[in-house]
Formats: sequence, structure tokens, C-alpha cells
Amino acid sequence: MTDRRVVITGMGTVNPLAHDVEGTWQALLAGRSGVRATELFDASTFPSTFSAQVSGYDLADQVPDAERHCHAGRHCRFALGAGVQAWRQAELDACEQLDRSRLGIYLGSGEGSLDFDNFTGTIVDAWAGGAVDAVKWAELAFERMHLYREVEQESNMVVAHMAAEFDVRGPAFNVLTACAASTQAIGEATLQIRRSDADVMLTGGAHSMIHPYGVTGFIRLTALSTRNDEIPTSSRPFDLTRDGFVLGEGASVLVIESRDHALARGAKILGEIIGYGSSADAFRITDQDPEGEGAAASMRCALADAGLAPGDIDYISAHGTGTKQNDQVETRAMRSVFGEQADHVPVSSVKSMLGHLIAAAGATELITCVLAIRDQILPPTMNCSHSDPDCDLDYVPNKARPAAVRTVMSNSFGFGGQNNTLIVIGPEGDRPADATR
Amino acid sequence: MTERRVAITGLGVVSPAGIGVEALWEGLLAGKGFIRPIELFDASGFPCGFGGQVGEFSARRFVPKTYRKAVKVMARDIEIAVGAADLAFRDSGIVTKGIDADGPTIESGRLGCNIGAGLICTDLDELGVALTTAVDEEGSFSLKAWGESGMNNLTPLWLLKYLPNMLSCHVTIIHAAMGASNTITCGDASAHLAVGEATRLVARGGADAAVAGGAESKLNPMGLMRQTLLKRAATGWDGEPDRACRPFDEGHCGTAVGEGGGLLILEDLDRAVARGARIYAEVAGFGAACDPAGIDVERANAGSLDLAVRRAMDDAGIAPDQVGLIVAHGTGVPAEDLCEAEAWQAAMGQRVRSIPATAVTGAIGSLFAGAGGVELAVAAKALAEQTVPPTANHAAPARDCDLGFLCEPRQARLEYVVSAAFSVGGQSGACVLRRHEP
Repeated sequence: MTDRRVVITGMGTVNPLAHDVEGTWQALLAGRSGVRATELFDASTFPSTFSAQVSGYDLADQVPDAERHCHAGRHCRFALGAGVQAWRQAELDACEQLDRSRLGIYLGSGEGSLDFDNFTGTIVDAWAGGAVDAVKWAELAFERMHLYREVEQESNMVVAHMAAEFDVRGPAFNVLTACAASTQAIGEATLQIRRSDADVMLTGGAHSMIHPYGVTGFIRLTALSTRNDEIPTSSRPFDLTRDGFVLGEGASVLVIESRDHALARGAKILGEIIGYGSSADAFRITDQDPEGEGAAASMRCALADAGLAPGDIDYISAHGTGTKQNDQVETRAMRSVFGEQADHVPVSSVKSMLGHLIAAAGATELITCVLAIRDQILPPTMNCSHSDPDCDLDYVPNKARPAAVRTVMSNSFGFGGQNNTLIVIGPEGDRPADATR
Repeated sequence: MTERRVAITGLGVVSPAGIGVEALWEGLLAGKGFIRPIELFDASGFPCGFGGQVGEFSARRFVPKTYRKAVKVMARDIEIAVGAADLAFRDSGIVTKGIDADGPTIESGRLGCNIGAGLICTDLDELGVALTTAVDEEGSFSLKAWGESGMNNLTPLWLLKYLPNMLSCHVTIIHAAMGASNTITCGDASAHLAVGEATRLVARGGADAAVAGGAESKLNPMGLMRQTLLKRAATGWDGEPDRACRPFDEGHCGTAVGEGGGLLILEDLDRAVARGARIYAEVAGFGAACDPAGIDVERANAGSLDLAVRRAMDDAGIAPDQVGLIVAHGTGVPAEDLCEAEAWQAAMGQRVRSIPATAVTGAIGSLFAGAGGVELAVAAKALAEQTVPPTANHAAPARDCDLGFLCEPRQARLEYVVSAAFSVGGQSGACVLRRHEP
């Protein structure tokens, strides 16, 4: 059995701040907010009237043959754009020997949105005496609902579109572990390459829940910020005044491959994935384990996988959603893993600017980790001015900070107690000196 | 670095044939059909009014007393997974915290989970109760009224009932499985992919045991409507629903939409042997593949199932002539059966007709993300019993669909069994199971 090194050779993203990697990075370093009043539907009477939306995006600007994807859902269109960017950066079109059966895909994509008007309308119009009249509902549904609008909701359809666009014939997976999905996808894609089940993998995630049912679901869980009067600064991870996360949308895709494969074809290496950890809280579906044991286990698992000690980590890209509970538990978990060193490891949450991209969050954040190493600068946690005694780490508040960054950890935690962690280093592959692996 | 061998030590099945793997196995051997008119809702408005129902079933029976309240926030897919997990753990003899809080025999952090899931359909009545509080004078739904107050009539945990990872989450909570946890959502291929991934987790030493497979129910108005729009639901055999789902048969006319799931306990072989566990089989190989043509959901394809099968056989280090049984997916949708038969032939060569084959769909219908879990449970059972089960409703093969299906059960010397499935969308997964030599 082989155990191969896995490098990143392409990255792409479509998100509320920009429709490309460099634009996103500049906006993050400048501390810009992607949060605005919700325009995708009339949310004016909702308890939370804002979100972080992708705007002005046209698939035809990104993909040569957009018509082929005419049935694709919103998040799938984001994924295709991000995928093309990553594919181009990796210069895979120039790679004539690319064996398509060894090109795989592992995404953490969300479900497509319900066909809101028709779905809601059929229920209301078929309502009879406290329940849906199923016969009437069926009649209306067959009149109003469309094959593609329904089928594209299945979360494997993003994989299907990406496979068609890039002629993928190797292993194909979609994982949907809520807010941790795309971090998990990248970790699992890394394992596919390590075990030599594929040479190249497209990986990342896509999601859009900015629709009435998505927003309703999170509001009923009291997870969203309701700071309707201070929309641009509503996402406040680790700040005392935080009151929930801001729902975002988007997609990020990475091309990862075995280092040997990348070197052989002369690809430019952007970074290397050296550690992956996964765990379950096994606590409650509604809450995180207050001690953060599951989150800590995931971080320890990734450190062990990389053969590193906590002191080797120079920066942590936090899950940092801006909910009361997450940020407190996450801080506790980092203290548990890093001990006294926790005070010396800067931590930041780009969700303060991007909002929470749900299944797509982790992949987007991993891209920022690669860029932090490239440019030796840490993106800030914006709107972080009021210190919370339960959140007492260095969160790189309000201003990007130059720093010596070699090894970065990225965390994602999902509803139901899903925890996933990745560790990346730069393209030179200079692992911390005491690495044992 | 060497990989550990992985044993299957527990099987948990909830299917239209009943609760438990024995109910299914006996039903299959008897050649019974379990497809019947839908009772879960009034399906008379649908062209296809029958399906594979589990029947009376609640997860309440399968959770610790302290967890019974949580059953209220479980969609049917989740209830099925929770039931199957309990059955699988008990069958394996591994005592989890959910089975005995005081005497678990496995360390929580060394127990992983990977359960395939589908797009969970919202309960229309539950949502309707809230939606109908937000209508204008004409009786039309008003988004403004919904935002103001209507949504407050929706149960606060509504969203958590429908997240696909909640199958795994409830199972990990009940059984205190704190190891790596994953949820694969690739349609009918989900469970094979989940079992393959979980096998590798145990093989590389990331966990000592894992619960893996899949569960789903599309037996609700939205699920049945979507399958009807896809033209996948069976269209013939009125009045004889138990004969309607006919995998690879000349009378095949679509599938029977069903519900159910299968979960396997995968365990480090050395650990299983050391504790004297009953070992159904070993997972000897896994393969996955993808057909880019899957984007066109109106045109059948088998998700490059042939490549997945070849990879699984390579992984197991075996050739087609060592395969004693093919567990086919066999949806009964004519174009899909044809693609699948071609794929098996491509993977196995001309010899394919002489390899005994079976498909469970004739008896229980399509279980979607749950299908693979049940198919792999049947594959494991076949190895343990050294028996090939017959295929219900396969009387005469459709043109170019001639695999080795049997009308009666047959004792056979089975060393390796291959099982594979493909999704609408073009993903496929395959597993090779090996007889365990005690």
C-alpha cells in the first residue's frame, strides 16, 4: 500500500464577496462585509432580514458551455464556476496523460432548494380539514411541478454536473454533514489520493439555503443573527455582542493531487494537505458538547495524522459562526488541545465577512488558509471589539495582520455534532522541524 | 504500512419483508413478494399506487428509554436507520453505551459511523399546519404573513428532522460512537460507498469498528411524485402489485418505490476473532466510479458500474472466475436493467451468465440510499449460509439482460460475492465480500 503526499494545485470560489479567489482574498484582507438585506426573496417581515448573497453572478461568464447546465440549481452553478477556476489554475487541460478513471470527485454539496411557490402552493391549495388531501395534492403536483426542478434537489446532482463538465470517471462521492461537509470532503478526498484510488480529485462544496424554508429552519432554531439595524456588522464571531450567524451561500472547489503526479506534469503547487481529523460529538442533535470534547478530538486526530504537536500550528481558521454556543465551545476546545500555547496561536473567523456558507464554508476557509501561508498575512475577525470572558484567545480582531505562517489548521463543526479538521502547509512542503511522520 | 482485515460481524435490516435480516432472508428464500398497495397515505392520485412498505414500525422500540422523546424529531428515514443500527449492534455482540450504559465493550472514540442518506422528504401535513396560518383573504399563501407570525407555528426543531446527516447523528448519539462520522448522499450508490469508506476507516486503523450502510424512505407523496416524474415507477401489473417489480425480466416495467435500510457492523478482524464473534464475511474489496453522462437523468446509465466492479475485484485481488455470486441492483426500470446487465458483462466477461446472480428488488422494491445496505446484508448472509437466494419475479430474462438468476434457492460453494449499485446521477459503488474461514 502506498501513502502518498497530497498537494493543492488549483482553487476556485464563488461567494458573497467575489466570484474569484484573488478578489475574495483582497476583500477579506480589507475587512469588507458581504452581508446585505436579503434580495433573493421578500424577507422584510422575517425576524432576520439579511444574508450574505452572491450577486451579479452569471454562469456563462465562467463556463464555456453554460447551456449544458441549464437545469442546474443555484448552488450547482456556483460549484461549476468555482470548478472551472480551479481546473484552469491547475492547468489540467494541458495535461494530456490525465487518466480520467483516476480523476475523482468528492464534494460536500448541499441539497437544492425546494420549488418554493409550487411546493407551498400545492400544500395550501390541497389543504382540507387539518391535513393535505393527498389525491388533490397529487393532481396539483403533477400539474405544477417539473422533473428537473425536483431531481436537481438531490445533493448528488452537483457531483453529476461537475463530472459532466470535467469528464470525471473515477471515484465520485458527495458528503452532507451539515456545516462540516466540505472540510470533510477535502479530508476524504485526500485519503482517496493517499491510498492511490485516484491521482487527481476535485473537491470542495456548494450550498445555498437563502430561500424561505432555509431561513425559516434556522430562525426556528434561533441560530441566525437578528441585528436588522446593523446589517453590515451583524456577523460577530467571538464578540460579546454576537447573536447568531449570518446565512451565506456559495461554492469553493480545489484540485488536489498526488505530489508525484503534480511534479511529473510540472504543475504549480499551491499548498499541501498534511492532516485530517473527523469525530462525532455523540451528544445531542440540538447542542454541541459544552466541553468541546468532540471538537478537540477532531483537532487531535488531525494533529496525529500530520505527526505534529499543537505547538507546530501557526494559525487556526476557526469555524467561528457567531452563535453564542459555538464560539464559546470552540474556544474551550482550542484551549483543551493547545493548553498554554493557546494564547500564542492566532485564530480568526472569515465568517465575520463572508457569512456562513454552510456546506461550502470549510472549503472556502481552507482556500484562505493557503493564501495566508502564501502572503504571510492573517485575515481578520471583523466586528470583534467587545471581549467575552468565555472567548479569550487572540482572534486577530478587526485588522489583517502580517505573520510568519507555515502550518495552518482549519476547523468545521456541523449540526448534530459533526467535527472535521484539516491541516495545510505551503508549497515548499517544509513541515515543522519536529514532525515525525 | 499494512492494512487490517475487516470483518462483518453484525447485520441490521429494516425492510418491506419485516424487521431483521432473518425476515428478509426467509422471505427471499421462499420467493415471496412484499410489494402491496400503499397504506401510508392515500396514493390513489398517483399512477402507481403500490410500494415496498415496512409496515408498522417505530424507532421507539430501538432506543434507550431516555431517548424516546427524540423520536418525535426523526423523519421516517432516521427512524429506519436508528432501528437498523440497534439490530446490527445487538447482532454483532458489541455492547455500545446505547445497549448497556454501564457495560460498553467498545471505546467510544474507536467507533465510527457512515450512513448513506437521501433527500429526506418533508411531511406535508406538518408543514401545512403552519403554512395555512399564513394566507391572505383569497386563501393564497403570503410570504409576508409567514415571516411575521406564520413560521412560529412550525416546530422549532423542524430543520433537524430533515438534515441527511441526522441518520448518523442520532445513531452516534444513541450508541456513543465518537469516532469519524460521515454521511454519503449519492442516491442508490450511497450505501455501497458508505460501507467502502467505513471499511477503509477500520482497515487503516482509524477505528476498531464502524456502523455503515444506508436508509431512506421515498414512500411519501413527494418521493413518489418525483419517481413518477422520472418515469421510474412501475406502470403495469394492476391488481398484482407483488408481481410488479421485475428485475431484468422480460415483463419489467419500472420499479416499486420502497422504504428501508441496512446497516452493517464492520470490525477489525483480529478484534472480532479475539472476542469470538460470529463473522458473516470479510469485506475484501471496494471500488467506486462515475459516468459523466449521469447529468442526463432522463437517459439511463449504470454509473460506470463495470469500472467500480473491476476496481473492487482488483482491490480484493480476484478474477471474475472466483466470483460465486453477483448481487445485482436490478431496479426493474427497463433501460436501467439493460445498462446494468451490460456493465456486469463488461466487468465479468462472457462468463457472466454462468455466475449465479440475485436481486432483492423483485421482493422488496427500491430502497434508494437504503438499497445497498440491504443488498450487502444479503451478500453477507449468502456467504455465511453458502446459499444463493432466488430472485422474485424474474421468470424469463429481458433481451440482453441474461444474468444467472435462479428460481429456487441453491446451495453453493461461495468464496467471493460481488455487490454493486448505481445512482440516478451517475455514481456507482461496488464491494467484494469474502467467506470467512474460521
